[in-house]
Amino acid sequence: MATVGLAPTPPSGSAIARPPRERTGSWPVIDRIAYGLCWAVGIGLCLIALAIVLFMFVKGIAYLRPSLLLESPAPSAIQSESGGFFDPIVGSLIVAAIGIAIAAPVGIALATWLSEYRRPTWLARTVESAIEMIAGVPSVVLAIFGLLIFSQRFLGFLSETDAGGAVSGKSFFAAGAVMSLLALPLVVGATREGLEQLSGRMREASYALGRTRSTTARRVLLPAIRPDIATGIALGMGRIIGDTAIITIVLGLTLTNEGVGRTPLISTLRGSGSTLTSYIYNNSPAGEGSAPQKAYAAAFVLLLIVLALNGLVTWLTGRGGQSEGGMLSRAFRLIPYMPDPSR
Amino acid sequence: MDRHPLTPEPPRGRKRRWATARTDQRVELTLGALAVAALVLIGAMLVTVLIKAWPSFSHNGLSWFGPGGDIETQFRAMAQNKALPGHSILYFRAWPLIWATVLTTGSAVLIALLVSTLAAIFLTEFAPMRVRQVLDPVIRLLAGVPSVIYGLIGILVIAPYLDDHLIGTARRESVSYVVQLNGADVMTASLVLTVMILPIMVAITAGALASVPASWREGSLALGANRWRTIWRVSLRTARPAIVAATVLATARALGEAVMLAMLGGGRSFAPNLLDGLTALFEPVRPLAAAIFQNSEGLTIAPLGHTVYAIGAVLLVSAAMLSLAGWAAKQQFNRYGLRG
Repeated sequence: MATVGLAPTPPSGSAIARPPRERTGSWPVIDRIAYGLCWAVGIGLCLIALAIVLFMFVKGIAYLRPSLLLESPAPSAIQSESGGFFDPIVGSLIVAAIGIAIAAPVGIALATWLSEYRRPTWLARTVESAIEMIAGVPSVVLAIFGLLIFSQRFLGFLSETDAGGAVSGKSFFAAGAVMSLLALPLVVGATREGLEQLSGRMREASYALGRTRSTTARRVLLPAIRPDIATGIALGMGRIIGDTAIITIVLGLTLTNEGVGRTPLISTLRGSGSTLTSYIYNNSPAGEGSAPQKAYAAAFVLLLIVLALNGLVTWLTGRGGQSEGGMLSRAFRLIPYMPDPSR
Repeated sequence: MDRHPLTPEPPRGRKRRWATARTDQRVELTLGALAVAALVLIGAMLVTVLIKAWPSFSHNGLSWFGPGGDIETQFRAMAQNKALPGHSILYFRAWPLIWATVLTTGSAVLIALLVSTLAAIFLTEFAPMRVRQVLDPVIRLLAGVPSVIYGLIGILVIAPYLDDHLIGTARRESVSYVVQLNGADVMTASLVLTVMILPIMVAITAGALASVPASWREGSLALGANRWRTIWRVSLRTARPAIVAATVLATARALGEAVMLAMLGGGRSFAPNLLDGLTALFEPVRPLAAAIFQNSEGLTIAPLGHTVYAIGAVLLVSAAMLSLAGWAAKQQFNRYGLRG
C-alpha cells in the first residue's frame, strides 16, 4: 500500500512496464500513421493552450494599466474616459463568494449522504442522475429559470422592486444562488471521489470505537479528504467566475455595482452590477461598448484568476497523491462534472 | 456509566458530545431531505419552464419546430408586442435556430470524437511521463478557460483573419442578396466549439482507458499484437461505453453553449444553406442557446418571454435526456467491474 488511508487499488493502467520509447519499426504502416496522429494531436492540444495563454499575455501586458484596476467604469464612447474595471472585479468576487457559500455546504452534505448513507438505494440513484442532470443543463437555461424564480413577488426583498410592484429579479443574491448550481456538481463529484478513495478500515476503526456514522463522517472522513473538498471548491469557483450567461441575465448589464436600499452591504447584494465576464462581453465587438483594448485587459485579468485557480487545483491534488498509479491527476477526472462549456 | 478499563478515555479539554444513535438518525434524515430537495429543484425547473413555455407551443403546435419566415422579423415583432400581418402575436418557427444548432453541435462533436479519442490514447498509452505531466494540466486549462475568452479570441482574431484571407469577393457577392459574410460564421463557431468540448471527451475516454485491466492488454501483447493493435482491439473496445458517454455528454454541453456562439455566430439568425457548397461554411449561424442569450433582455415582454422560455424548454429537455443517456452509458461500463 502506498499511502495510509488510500485503498489498495487493483493493478491497472500503467502497471505494464513500458519501454522508454515505442519501437514502431516492425509495425504495419497504418499503425504507424495512427501512432503519429496520436503524437500530433497531443502536441497540437498543447500548442492551442500555449497560443491562447501567450496571446492573452501579450495583449494583456500591452493594454493593462494599474489605473484600469482601480477605476470604476463610466459610460463614455471615448476610451480614455470610460474608466477601468474595478467594479467588475469586485462583482466577480461577490458572485463567487455567494455561489460557493451555498454550493459548498450543500454539496458536501449531498456527497456524504450519497457515499455514506445511500438509503433507500433507488433514491440515491435518482439523486445521482439528478446531479448529473444539473451538470448538463445549459447555464443559459439555468439563468432564465433563476430569473423566473427570483422575480416572484415573495422574493422581492432580494432584488429591486419598481414603482409598479414588478420585481426585477436581478441582483447579486439571485446571481450567486443560480451560480451555486454550477458549482454544486463539482463539489459533489470531488467530495465523493475523495470519500470513495478512503480505506474502509478508517470507517471500521471509528465504528469500533463506538462512533456513530454521522460522527465518523464529520470527525474522521471529511477531515481526511479536505484537499479533495478544496479541489471541488476551487474548480467550482473557476466555473462561477467564468460564466457569462447567468451574469447578463440574472445580474443585469449595468456598468457599476448599484445598490438598492440603504443598508451598506445588503444594498449592494440586492442591486445589479457587472462582473469581469459581462464587462468583457460588453466591450467586445459583440457587445455595445466595443472597446477591444479594455476587453483584452479584462480578459487577461480573468485568465490570470483562472490560471491561479488551476495552479491551486494542481497543488491540492498533487499533495493527495495521484489516482490510477500516477496516470491521471484526480482533478482531471472531475472535468466531466464541469457544467457546460459556457459555464 | 462503567467503562472497561482498556477503553481509551474521551479526550479532555474540549467539550465534546458523543452523538447517539438518535442524532445519527436525525442527521440521516436531514441529509436525505436535502437530497430530495435537489430532486424537487430539478422537477420545479422542468415544470416552471414548461408552464411558461406552454402558450408558445400550444399556439404554434408542431410547426413550432418547422420552417417558415424570417426569424429575425418574428423576434422583432414579439419584442415590439405587435403581431406580424396575417399571423398572431405568438407566431414562431424555430427551424433556422434548430438547424444552426444541429450544424454547429454536429460538426464540433464529430471532429472532437476523432481528436479526443486519439488524444486519450496518447495520454494514457504513448505519452512519456514528462509529456503526460504537461498534457494533464493543459487539458484542464482548456476546460477552464471561460467561454467569453474563447469568444473574444474568435471574434477579434479568427473572424477577421477569415474575413481578410479566406472569403473572396466572388463568394461574398454570390450570397450578398441574402446575407453578408464577415468571418463570424459556421466554421469559426464550430472550430472554437470543438476546442471547448474536447477536454470533457478526453477526460472521460482517458479515464476509461486508464482503468482497462493491465492483464487484458498483456494477454493481447503476449499473443504478438503490437501496442496499437492492442489499444484498438482491446482497450478501445472495452472503453466503448465510455466513449459513447463522452460523445453524448459533450453533445449536451455543445447544445448549451450560448455566449461564445452568440459572439461568433454572426450578427443574425440565418439558416446556412448546404446547397451553397463551400460558401455555407462562411454563413452566419445562431443556435438555440445563443438565441435565448440574445433575446434575454425582452423576457418581461409577454410574447417574447413565452417564446424564449419555449426555446429554453427544448434545450432543457434535450440536455436532460442526453445527460441521462450519458449517465446510463457510463453505468454500463461498470458491467466489467471497472470504474470510468
